Amino acid sequence: MTEILHIDWTRCDGRGLCTELLPTVLVRDDWGYPLALQATNGNRSNPAISPGNIEAAREAVHLCPKLALSLVPEQAKPRQ
Amino acid sequence: MDNALWAFGRMSGVVSLVLFSVAVILGILNRSGRPLFAIPRFSMTLLHRNVSLLATVFLVFHIVALMLDSYAKLNVIDVFVPFLGGFKPFWQGLGTVAFDLVLAVVATGLLRHRLGQRSFRAIHWLSYAMWPIALGHAIGNGTDGTSKWFVVLAAGSLAAVGAAVAWRLSANFLETAKARQGGLS
Ligand code: HEM
Ligand code: SF4
Repeated sequence: MTEILHIDWTRCDGRGLCTELLPTVLVRDDWGYPLALQATNGNRSNPAISPGNIEAAREAVHLCPKLALSLVPEQAKPRQ
Repeated sequence: MDNALWAFGRMSGVVSLVLFSVAVILGILNRSGRPLFAIPRFSMTLLHRNVSLLATVFLVFHIVALMLDSYAKLNVIDVFVPFLGGFKPFWQGLGTVAFDLVLAVVATGLLRHRLGQRSFRAIHWLSYAMWPIALGHAIGNGTDGTSKWFVVLAAGSLAAVGAAVAWRLSANFLETAKARQGGLS
């Protein structure tokens, strides 16, 4: 089952840990905030995580200094 | 045996103080959002955590050695409740306060995901109080507190942590400070 990396914009402060851990999924914008390289369902805030990236995504969820990240199953559509 | 405990108790206190200085500086580096040299940001957070835990381990060595030592004879109450000690109660009490603060900061740091960001941050600020209190305890209570090598070490640590705090308070502290001030080129 694919999981979605949900970024809570009310918490994220663009510290860039997640972009380092998931270089094939996220890029940093000019202000440091993460942005999905590829849109998932036309949405660049909630990228789908392939099985190969799951471990790195869990690390990012664990280490994000602002507790802004969560992994959610694809069906339970996260808030945009 | 007794002399060895006494020496070990003092040295582990010094090692702990140095490690806590490094932990504070790493915490501040973390907060800036910058990677250090070739060390990526996620490794910096882990480094900050691990140095903090190591410092805490040495702090526990320090306390346990002086509890077992027949001269210092710390008891369990001295370890948790400040200012009741028989010998230099004020300076020893500072050590107790610092230890209590370390316990709070480390426990909430490890349980960050369960507590939530707000409580974690509120308690984590106490680390800035903990460090000078620990330094005061070391100088005031330590047998070596006023010997030359220790004064040099203390002054060096104060300069390093002081510089880090000054940088923390400066306008361009955050990695993203320039961009967010509208200075995009
Ligand atoms: C295992 C325990 C610890 C963990 C998991 C931990 C975790 C963290 C995290 C995630 C941050 C970044 C917060 C942010 O960027 O918003 C931080 C910052 C910081 N930490 Fe720790 N920490 C621990 C122990 C300690 C200890 C023992 C000290 C003090 C000696 C300390 C001092 C600091 C300082 C000074 C900052 C910067 C705070 C600021 O200015 O915003 N930490 N820590
Ligand atoms: S690690 Fe957390 S705070 Fe940093 S950019 Fe990613 S989501 Fe935002």
